[in-house]
Amino acid sequence: MSQVVEAPTAGAGDDRGTGGRTGGGLHLRSLTKEFASFTAVKSLDLDIPSGSFFALLGPSGCGKTTTLRMVAGLETPTSGTITLGERDITWEKPYRRPVNTVFQNYALFPHLDIFENVAFGLRRRKRSDVKPAVEQMLALVELESQARKKPAQLSGGQQQRVALARALINNPEVLLLDEPLGALDLKLRRSMQIEIKRIQTEVGLTFVHVTHDQEEAMTMADTVAVMNAGVIEQMGAPAELYENPRTTFVANFLGQSNLIEGTVAGREGDVVKVDMQGTVVSVPSARAHLETTAGHRAWVGIRPEKVLIAEVGEVIDAPGNSIPGGVISDVSFVGVSTQYLVRMPWGQELQVFEQNTGRRRLFRTGESVDVSWRPDYAFLLDHEQDASAGTDRSDLPS
Amino acid sequence: MTATATRPAGSSAPTPEPAPPAKRPRRNLTGYWLLLPGALWLAVFFVVPFYSLLATSLYDPGGSVLEGYDMSWAFGNYVTAIQEYWRPLVRSLWYGAVATAICLVLGYVLAYAIAFKAGRWKNLMLILVIAPFFTSFLVRTLSWKLLLRDDGFVVDTLQFLHVLGADGRLLATPVAVIAGLVYNFLPFMVLPLYASIDKIDPRLVEAAGDLYARPFVGFFKVTWPLSLPGVVSGTLLTFIPAVGDYINAQLLGSPGQRMIGNVIQNLFTDAGDYPVAGALSVMLMLLILVLVLVYVRRAGTEELL
Repeated sequence: MSQVVEAPTAGAGDDRGTGGRTGGGLHLRSLTKEFASFTAVKSLDLDIPSGSFFALLGPSGCGKTTTLRMVAGLETPTSGTITLGERDITWEKPYRRPVNTVFQNYALFPHLDIFENVAFGLRRRKRSDVKPAVEQMLALVELESQARKKPAQLSGGQQQRVALARALINNPEVLLLDEPLGALDLKLRRSMQIEIKRIQTEVGLTFVHVTHDQEEAMTMADTVAVMNAGVIEQMGAPAELYENPRTTFVANFLGQSNLIEGTVAGREGDVVKVDMQGTVVSVPSARAHLETTAGHRAWVGIRPEKVLIAEVGEVIDAPGNSIPGGVISDVSFVGVSTQYLVRMPWGQELQVFEQNTGRRRLFRTGESVDVSWRPDYAFLLDHEQDASAGTDRSDLPS
Repeated sequence: MTATATRPAGSSAPTPEPAPPAKRPRRNLTGYWLLLPGALWLAVFFVVPFYSLLATSLYDPGGSVLEGYDMSWAFGNYVTAIQEYWRPLVRSLWYGAVATAICLVLGYVLAYAIAFKAGRWKNLMLILVIAPFFTSFLVRTLSWKLLLRDDGFVVDTLQFLHVLGADGRLLATPVAVIAGLVYNFLPFMVLPLYASIDKIDPRLVEAAGDLYARPFVGFFKVTWPLSLPGVVSGTLLTFIPAVGDYINAQLLGSPGQRMIGNVIQNLFTDAGDYPVAGALSVMLMLLILVLVLVYVRRAGTEELL
């Protein structure tokens, strides 16, 4: 596989000025797109470093596809700028931009065979050596044997790879992927995620990937930006976003969270004390995303897999935040883990995921348990925010 | 794999139930019954008249309508027809081709606009395209005669602009006949073109732009090839009736613009020369058939036939 690392550059050459690629990454500045009746993207600022795999994650209608289309030149921004390195491409025609797109549902040319689909960009730019470049690219996506077939004769996964090859062969400075895996079934999607990630590492291009699938975004991208209602809620490495969400939307959209109402009691060093339904729990101040003056209302957040449950009175390995009085209200055995719902004295049901390590028996519905978690894992969010933001996943494919 | 391989063996341990004796599959005749009405209709109103036409074209040219004709296998009728009437025949093909070409340009632009740019006006525009059919072909062509008349505003305007000379006219010229043909057959071009263009996914055009095709190049590399089925059926639907048309030449032309349809009509109804009229009709049919076959083959859209 090592020789195909050069596949996209071979024959593609570079006609974008003598300096070749700018290497400065993609920058969006106060990018705004208004349609007749609503604002799709609101003053977006974004810096995507060259060579990174960047995911724009959000529910449908959050503006992520519009952002992508503006970068591709298929949509004109209402205001703001798009720069690629030093070059302002805000008003550049799509066919002049060093940017290529893998379209949702692929948009392969049905009248051209696979070879000609992949060769399309090179032929438009009058490249020589089209044949070896296309052959190398088809080898990269493992479709050499399908070169003379029409797109309709290929399976969904193969069409997906043709779409990828057709964009990659142009050696763009930024490759845009618009929900590229949305039409594939779950199993194929997982293997294509790994495949695309592998190709990105091999070719080293900047990938900007738009998706509503949080697992896909976290698996593939170095950096994820969670987008909601036209703005970016939070951006960072997947683990950072997951472990330390700043808003209820991110806490709920990226995985699941228990959000428990509480009141800030005060600060002790770099720990914030919160009165949570009568129990005082602590949260590291670095994970408190609100003003931590006493009396401020807050959401204490904790991921279900970070919550431990134990027999009443048993010592739990989680000093500090231990809450008694839980009653198991539902048990779902999932195989690798067991998912419990625990009704707390204040009426809220907490989600608890426990690995099936076999070290402990399964609890049954109706049993009383103590609940606890390590303070380091908790996070504190502003009570002004809607605790159910981002929980409606009805638009997602199951 | 092992599981699937062993399962049949395992299930065959108890004596397998003998399959019920398979009924002889009855041949499904529904399709043939459905064909029957149309086939009968064509047999009575196409095959029989065509046979009679073919026979007429080989009658003894010495006969007449009153005295009756003898069947004499007179292939000489065809020679006579070509010698006497090759001019209107070639003229018909020429007028038909020019009218079809003009229809294609006008129709493509219109169909493209309706399919891609009309938005919520799409249906209204489509209705406007077929609206002329609400009035008779003959009446519409007669109104063109009024429109193009010597002191009408069209001629006046063209004379004012010096496109036409002071005594120039439009009626009784090829321009009038071709204009009439274009007008009358344009909807037959627009509708198949629209059906084809409307099916094109606009994202394909976007993809072409994304892959460095300027709009013009993108059109010829993506939109045009994908609309070819509409182009082929539209040109056929225009060219075939236009070549055989005689109303436009009759009303808007003069003897100098006589098309083959006028000649055949004249031979049948006025001159009473059935054999030569028949020979011309058969030749026109065969000629168009050959042209269409060659054309469709060249366009690579055999699946349309």
